[in-house]
Order: sequence, then C-alpha cells, then structure tokens
Amino acid sequence: MDKNISFTLKVWRQRGPKAKGAFETYQMKDIPGDTSFLEMLDILNEQLVNDNKEPIAFDHDCREGICGMCSLYVNGHPHGPATGATTCQLYMRRFKDGDTITVEPWRSAGFPVIRDLMVDRTAFDKIQQAGGYVSINTGGMPDANAIPIGKDIAEEAMDAAACIGCGACVAACKNGSAMLFVSAKVSQFALLPQGKVEAKKRVKAMVAKMDELGFGNCTNTRACEAECPKCVSISNIARLNREFIKAKLKD
Amino acid sequence: MWLSNSSVGRKVVMSVTGAALVLFLLFHMSMNLVAIFSTNDYNTICGLLGAKWYALVGTAGLAALVVVHFVYAFILTLQNRKARGSQRYAVSERPKNVTWASQNMLVLGIIVILGIALHLFNFWAKMQLPEVLHMMGMHVDAVTLENVGEGSYYIASTFSCPVYAALYVVWLVALWFHLTHGIWSAMQTLGANNNVWICRWKAISNVLATIIILGFLAVVVAGYFGLGALGKITLAGAACC
Repeated sequence: MDKNISFTLKVWRQRGPKAKGAFETYQMKDIPGDTSFLEMLDILNEQLVNDNKEPIAFDHDCREGICGMCSLYVNGHPHGPATGATTCQLYMRRFKDGDTITVEPWRSAGFPVIRDLMVDRTAFDKIQQAGGYVSINTGGMPDANAIPIGKDIAEEAMDAAACIGCGACVAACKNGSAMLFVSAKVSQFALLPQGKVEAKKRVKAMVAKMDELGFGNCTNTRACEAECPKCVSISNIARLNREFIKAKLKD
Repeated sequence: MWLSNSSVGRKVVMSVTGAALVLFLLFHMSMNLVAIFSTNDYNTICGLLGAKWYALVGTAGLAALVVVHFVYAFILTLQNRKARGSQRYAVSERPKNVTWASQNMLVLGIIVILGIALHLFNFWAKMQLPEVLHMMGMHVDAVTLENVGEGSYYIASTFSCPVYAALYVVWLVALWFHLTHGIWSAMQTLGANNNVWICRWKAISNVLATIIILGFLAVVVAGYFGLGALGKITLAGAACC
C-alpha cells in the first residue's frame, strides 16, 4: 500500500475564454498514493461542490491513456513529471508529502482556454480534416498479406499512429509549434503504400492548415518528444520536412 | 513562395543559409591557422583575397547569407512568440534531452552578430574596405592603403589587447553553442534525419563546432601570448586601451 500524502495544490482558475485567470490554492489532506491525478482532482471537486463552490473544470474521458483528452500542465511538464504517460496515468505516489503542485492549462495561442484547465483543441481536428486521411476507395477488406510491408516500416508507421492528439507537444514547445502532431499524422500514412498515393497533397494541405491556425515554427528543441505521452519521435518531423520539401520541389 | 509563407520553407531558408555559413567558417578557420605558422604566407593569402573580384563577390554573398539568416531569425522568433501566446507558464522545467543552446539560438545569434560587427571594425575596415573605397575613387589614407595586406600584423596587434582578446573569446563561445545546435538542426529541417542519424548528426555537430572554435581560438591565444610566428611581429603600439 502506498502512503497517504498531504500537499498544497495551486490550480489555475479562469471563468471563461475572455476572463482574467489566477491561481487558487487548495490544501489536500491524506490523499492515498495510489490515487490517480484526476481522481485527486475529483476528490477536490467533491469537496468544492459540498462547500457550494464552483468545481474545477478539466478535460478527461477514457482515463486509461488512449483518448488524448486529459491535458494538465503539472509542475512544469505537460502530463506531469512521468514520462510516456498521460495525466490520467499519473499517480500521487510520484509526489512527496508537503509538496506544492502547480496545475496549469496548456498555454498556446493555438489552444485558447475555455475554462479553468480546459483548452480548445479543435485546431487539431481542423488540421486532420485538411488531409489526415486516405480518401481513395480501397475496396473490400483485402487479405492481410496481399500488400507486403516490411516489419520495420510497419512498426514505424504504428509508432507514429500511436499519437493520441492530446496537444502535449504544443504545450511543451517554446514556439507553440504543432510539428510533432502533424508529423505523426503525415508519417503514419506516408510510410504505407495506401497513404503514399496522396502523400504530396496531404503534407501540403496539413502544413498549410497548421500555419494558418497560428502554430509556431519548429526550432528542433526536442521538448515535444521528451514530453509526448506516446513517445512519438522527432524523426517524424524530419520525415514531414522531407515530404514537404519534396512535394514543393515537384510543383 | 513556399520559402517565405510556409513554416517548413522558412526553416529551410535558415538551414541552407546556416549550412553555407558553416562552410565559410571552416574555410576562414583553416586560413587563420596559417598565421600561427607563417606570417608571410598568411599575408600572401590576404593578398590573394583583398579586393579581387572573386573576393568581393564572395563577401557580397556572405553578407547576403548573414542578412537573410538574421532577418529570418527575427521573423521566426516573432511568429513563435505570438504562437506561444501572451500567457506564460508559472512553472516550467527543461526536459533532460533539451539543450540550453536550442532554446537560446536568437540570443546566441545576437552575440555572434555583435562579434561580427567588432570583427569587421578590427579587420575588414583596415583591409578590404580601404581598397574598395580606393577603387571607387574615394580618398584613402596612404599609410592605410599600403598596409591593407598586412593581415598578420592586424591579428597580432588586435589580440595583444586583453579587452579584444576577451571579447573574441566570448564571441567564439557563443558561436560554439550556436553551432552545436545549428548543425544537426539544419539537417533535421532539411529532412536528412531519422532515429539512427540523429545521434550521428549530433556527434558531427559537436565535433565540427569544437574543431571550428578551437581553430579560431588558437589564433586569438597565439596573438595574445605572442606564440608562433605571430610572436615575431613588432607592434607599433597597443591596438586599444
């Protein structure tokens, strides 16, 4: 059994997109170490509701690290100090008794705050809609091995496809760049024969949409891959650059 | 034009201009090393460059590279600050694999460009510039004009001054940090990278940056302490202070 810990929680509270926000401090007492970070916030919210106060708004859904909804910036890291894990997979045993834990929303011009710790990530949907799919009719389900694909290529495409679109890369980036997300979405198709058909059109459309939505320019600091809960590599960004330059030179 | 209106294109411009400047640094560093061994040979090299047409074309090209690299750096930084938003994080921690240099390229670049300004004042204004002005029919001091090829003397006299020597060391250290991130980053931006090559490019960046900086530093040190051929030059007086 993990020990119980008590700590100070500093949470960003903001009534709405235009309202001015500020940190509010809460004292948390005797929280078991095996409580997940989101469960800890549930406990706090229950207390707040009982005290007739507004609960803290935060995004969450599957709570098993695959939906990409949870999005907290905990103690200077997107998804908290754990590596390769989302906020819902972060447990209180990572913190010490007496710690001060600061919780902030993703901060980026591309992700405006909706309320408290919730941000608007529809920009990612718009980038996906610009070309993150295969539009050709591939017919019925073919035999699994009808198109031979090398194991390493299949693995790389799968690693890129592991991106859950949570936006931690943008939150971590000092430039507010969405390159890791876009590169993962471009790579998962560019590596496979079915995706290669529209590769040029896709990369141009997705990069154009990313730029249009006001995301920054990548300067290869690698903060994104360090904070990515799915450990998506910046080799995907190199591939995106390669695909984009090739597509533009062909024009 | 995709080189100016797309984020990847703008970065391509930074990479290509940066890579070209790295090649120039390699050339300049190798050339400087000659001064440690033979001041006459170094002056011969200075004479081969000077205001010859190819040297002037090269200088104009270099100036263009620096200007493009610098202007794009400012545009990119302004856009990135805007993209980051006005609200900053209260707590932020640098992840382990993120180098300090990668987050401070603009600051390092500004130090580098100030160093270039000092360098132009110390050397270029006494060597190529008077020749060019003379060719354009402007009045140039006869003594200055006679000594435009005396590169070794200018090295010895500039670095005999502790203030200049110290400023050049600061400049070179900033350049080292700038290059350790810049070289591999340029390759990443041009798409010449993957999971295997990233370690190789990073090693190449560190080695290349260190070779370039040590080469330049050797001349500053030799000039300051009067080592090698540079020690045999008799100075007419201190260059500064």
